Amino acid sequence: MNDIIDGFIQAIQLIVTLNPEVMEIAMRTLMISLTATFLASLVAIPAGWWIHFHEFAGKRVVINIIQTLYAVPTVLVGLFVYLLISSSGPLGMLGLLFTPAGMILAQMLLVIPMMIGLVITAFSGVDRTVVDTISSLGATGYQSMVAIIKEVRFAVIAAVILGFGRAISEVGAAMMIGGNIRGYTRVLTTSITLETSMGNLPLSIALGLILLGIALIITVILNIVQERSRT
Amino acid sequence: MIEISGLYRKVGDRMLVNDVNLTIPDGMIFGIIGPSGSGKTTLMRMIDLLDNSTMGSITINGTRATRDKKQQLELRRKMGMVFQKPIVLSTTVFENVSYGLRFRGVKGDELKARVIEAIDLVGLSGYEDRYAPTLSGGEMQRVAIARSMVTRPEVLLLDEPTANLDPASTQKIEELIGTINARFGTTIIMSTHDLDQGQHIAHRIAVVIGGMITQAGTPEEVFHKPLNSEIAKFVGLENIIGGTVTKTEEGLATILTHGKEVEAVSTEGVGSQVFISIHPDDITLHSGLGIEKSKSSARNCIIGTVTVTTLSGPFVLVTLDCGFPLKVIVTRRSVEDIGIQPGKEMQACFKASAVHVMKS
Repeated sequence: MNDIIDGFIQAIQLIVTLNPEVMEIAMRTLMISLTATFLASLVAIPAGWWIHFHEFAGKRVVINIIQTLYAVPTVLVGLFVYLLISSSGPLGMLGLLFTPAGMILAQMLLVIPMMIGLVITAFSGVDRTVVDTISSLGATGYQSMVAIIKEVRFAVIAAVILGFGRAISEVGAAMMIGGNIRGYTRVLTTSITLETSMGNLPLSIALGLILLGIALIITVILNIVQERSRT
Repeated sequence: MIEISGLYRKVGDRMLVNDVNLTIPDGMIFGIIGPSGSGKTTLMRMIDLLDNSTMGSITINGTRATRDKKQQLELRRKMGMVFQKPIVLSTTVFENVSYGLRFRGVKGDELKARVIEAIDLVGLSGYEDRYAPTLSGGEMQRVAIARSMVTRPEVLLLDEPTANLDPASTQKIEELIGTINARFGTTIIMSTHDLDQGQHIAHRIAVVIGGMITQAGTPEEVFHKPLNSEIAKFVGLENIIGGTVTKTEEGLATILTHGKEVEAVSTEGVGSQVFISIHPDDITLHSGLGIEKSKSSARNCIIGTVTVTTLSGPFVLVTLDCGFPLKVIVTRRSVEDIGIQPGKEMQACFKASAVHVMKS
């Protein structure tokens, strides 16, 4: 019990004193996950719009697959990306394995299905007359998409925030693709795994508290966004 | 001018729009009336090029619409459409009204001036910064009209614009429609199932039943000279009775209906199956059964028994059983003077010119 209490005390000291290693890991984690979420949004939002507002053969199947991929294990995504970017893989020449860029790619692929699904759900709440109104006002296809996204902006923001939450909290793909290289690809989750296995509990707890803090901030922002969408 | 020729729209097995042919001149208020589900909204959406036709053509100011998206957008930008359900986007009134201009690349001072002008047109000055979804239904519909008018459309399509509104809001919208047409010369195509509205706002009216234009003409023609019994029933004509022409003489036809002979001004030939309608206002009631036709200017006098009397504002609607139900509108004074009451035998008289004859 004392070990845990000591661990917490030391962890808080590490955070309060802005321990360089802790801060460096936290900043890298944010950089990788924010970039992955941003890039995933660029794909998921238009894709969700297209899937929802266009009729095509197999649309229901596509949506079912997307929904199934919500719960895809992160290690499976890690394995898929590993096969893709390893030296013998089709994208091996890009040299992405064990780099932050590779981790960004893995996190993107991890969160895109969930974001597409949530964006489709957001668009399905748009009244058909709203879509017709925007078209009748002389909107081009792109203008129509932007105007409709503005209509459901809170739900879309919520989808992006939830995507970020999934990206920052995953460990499987980050470990497999990043390799947990100190000072290069080590992020909060992989670091916690490693430090715990090494018995360095204060550092693990400090990193865990930061991750928890980020989760708390995400939840607060999400609540504010959802509150605004209701008013 | 809008020219619609041989227009069809079929969805699955249902023919929503069936061989519609219309010409709507510039500057006209054109009413499209018809029962719910008759195809009015589909026709309006097709004119705004939101729905494609299965067959036929729509020509807007000389340009025939094609399936080309770019051309459709160009044509749609000459029009504005307001939908039955008051729809505002989740932003301020100003931003709502500015959408169409922003889509067309209008910015800065011009955008601001035109938006303010449009908001003023619909009588919502001072509402610019209000969050539009918090407005009343009538105010939302006026925002929708301002949003369509801000782009100065050549054609304004109004799909049952007052269907969900209270009487006060309906009146404001109706006045606004007249103002827009008079001030800007905008061609207005308005669908409605409110017959009074269609009658007093529109210059010309088309009746849509089952996806087809069953009659088009002035409100006078449509409401007083319907082409068939279905239109007559829809426009609210009373006393629609079926019969057969048995004799014709000098423009007068004698029609046998339920064992009674009715004379009417008609060119229908002997043997024709027809429907007649007589407006309840055009029938007079007499208590003396011995009235001779020659003593009355009315060529038709039919005996019947009063079955029901119903108050209708300052008037009384009297229903007679003449072998068929015949409705007559009389004043309350007449009811007292003649002693109209259920069970009493009365004579209903009307002129031959008051009988409207329709093909069966």
